[in-house]
Amino acid sequence: MNIATLTSKKFLAPAVLVLIVVVLATLPLYISPGTRTLLLDFLMYIILAVAWTMFSGPTGYISLASAAFFGIGVYTPGLLYAEGAPLLPLPVVLAVAGLVAFCCALAVGAATLRLRGIFFTMFSFGLLGAAQPIIQFFEFETHGARGRYVESIGANNVYYLLLIIFVAAMVTAYLLRRSRYGLALQSIGGNEEAAAHMGVDTTRMKVLFFGVSGIFMGITGAMMAIRWHYVDPSIAFNLNYSFLPLLMALVGGMGQLYGPVIGALGFAYLRWVLLSTQYYMLIFGIIMIVFILFVPGGLASLIERGRHRLREVIAKLPKRGETTEHANT
Amino acid sequence: MRILEGQDVTKRFGGLVAVSHVDFYVDQGEIAGLIGPNGAGKTTLFNLISAAFPINSGEIRFKGQKLNGLKPHQVCKLGIARTFQQIKILADMPVFQNVLVGAFFGNRNRVSGTDAAREASQALEVVGLSTMSTAPAKDLTLVNQKRVELARALATKPELLLLDELMAGLNPTEVSEAMELVTRIRAKGITVFMVEHVMKAIMGICERVMVLHHGEKICEGTPHEIACDRQVIEIYLGEETHAGS
Repeated sequence: MNIATLTSKKFLAPAVLVLIVVVLATLPLYISPGTRTLLLDFLMYIILAVAWTMFSGPTGYISLASAAFFGIGVYTPGLLYAEGAPLLPLPVVLAVAGLVAFCCALAVGAATLRLRGIFFTMFSFGLLGAAQPIIQFFEFETHGARGRYVESIGANNVYYLLLIIFVAAMVTAYLLRRSRYGLALQSIGGNEEAAAHMGVDTTRMKVLFFGVSGIFMGITGAMMAIRWHYVDPSIAFNLNYSFLPLLMALVGGMGQLYGPVIGALGFAYLRWVLLSTQYYMLIFGIIMIVFILFVPGGLASLIERGRHRLREVIAKLPKRGETTEHANT
Repeated sequence: MRILEGQDVTKRFGGLVAVSHVDFYVDQGEIAGLIGPNGAGKTTLFNLISAAFPINSGEIRFKGQKLNGLKPHQVCKLGIARTFQQIKILADMPVFQNVLVGAFFGNRNRVSGTDAAREASQALEVVGLSTMSTAPAKDLTLVNQKRVELARALATKPELLLLDELMAGLNPTEVSEAMELVTRIRAKGITVFMVEHVMKAIMGICERVMVLHHGEKICEGTPHEIACDRQVIEIYLGEETHAGS
């Protein structure tokens, strides 16, 4: 391993992250409420895409259960608020949402992660299909109404809390990629049998990190419930929260930490621009097909290739010392 | 001392008995061979030892400890590493990372990052792949991919190494190199149990050979005894190739 490239890369990602956070933290001071709404959406999708990629990126287990964990998170404040007002302090509500999503993901993971490939994907999708009617039934039976109100805390507060969750998700994803656990997840994606025979407890790793990715989806759901002010099962368990993070990660590229981030930004922006037309799903579909066919590594792979080429070009440029030497000979 | 011992080991796949009431053992420090025609149950026996499949009946003990019911990662942590007949490398990952997985997770104790990296580098050096550590594993030639498998097995710090047809598909020079490598690995104190079709390797480096046929052990002895056994010649070696070819 080349030590120089390791150390130079070691500080790049944290430095960029710090810079981005500083910019994002000061943004509400000089942007309009409309732009802030847009930013909130961007942050939500970025967190979901990054959380999805934590588990599904390295292992190749394509999960469609994101909306279930997100929805569970959305419903947690719904249940922990009475008459719209919180029964518990907000941080506790968020922690409970994360914990409940984590536990659900662990249970689902333990039951389904022995399935591979398309079977796991379909099961995770089925879970989502089951979650919504169950909650809806429960709501009609116990609550007597379709939805619940949640007290808002002001868009700026939501923005800053979401920013904190975003930072937590990025730091987790960053550390995971660099840790032995990231390596274990990658080895599971590479060849699960070989990983097991090299001492990786594949079941434990899969279930644990499926759970960790669920935590972020759950907490984000809880945040969005507080922002939306009103929740009902069809809002909470919307299929889009399963499909969009997957699309974003796929198009952004899962090979790099920033891949799902740029994918989420791109898609969330497109969605915002195109939402007024009826064609946005059509355009999403076309983009996805084009990427799967021609750019399987996503935008990140294009950027990395560009960076690589740039470095080659720079390396080939004659250095000042060399040109004078040429002149002398 | 017997490092690995199997008693009455049986594995059935539906109606097919792949391994039938086999007793076997491997002594500490030896290079033991396992031969037999295709479909004899050699790889299945390895899969039972490494816990890829559960055993139907009988028991396998490693240093006195029963392996029945363990998972592959637990068997690996106990000190049994293996390579695969059908190569199972982590194709998209660099060679070094392939080996690093074994160094991190194969050990019973928690290994620090620096120790794991050192372990992986050493394993790559043993198999002669140090110069290729940053290449994606899929770009390597067959013989080098087999070396990656061997290196990551070594990185788990095994006491017993199961080699499943390490020499298959290699040219004569590569076979000689691999034989020399296996001998060197044994010299480090690692016991080797190898499935092999290349008789040159079996005759050259094994101290003891077992022969499987239709899931049953039909013969056991020194390579020379095996090569002269009528039954083994009849069903496996054939008249032309016997006696140490």
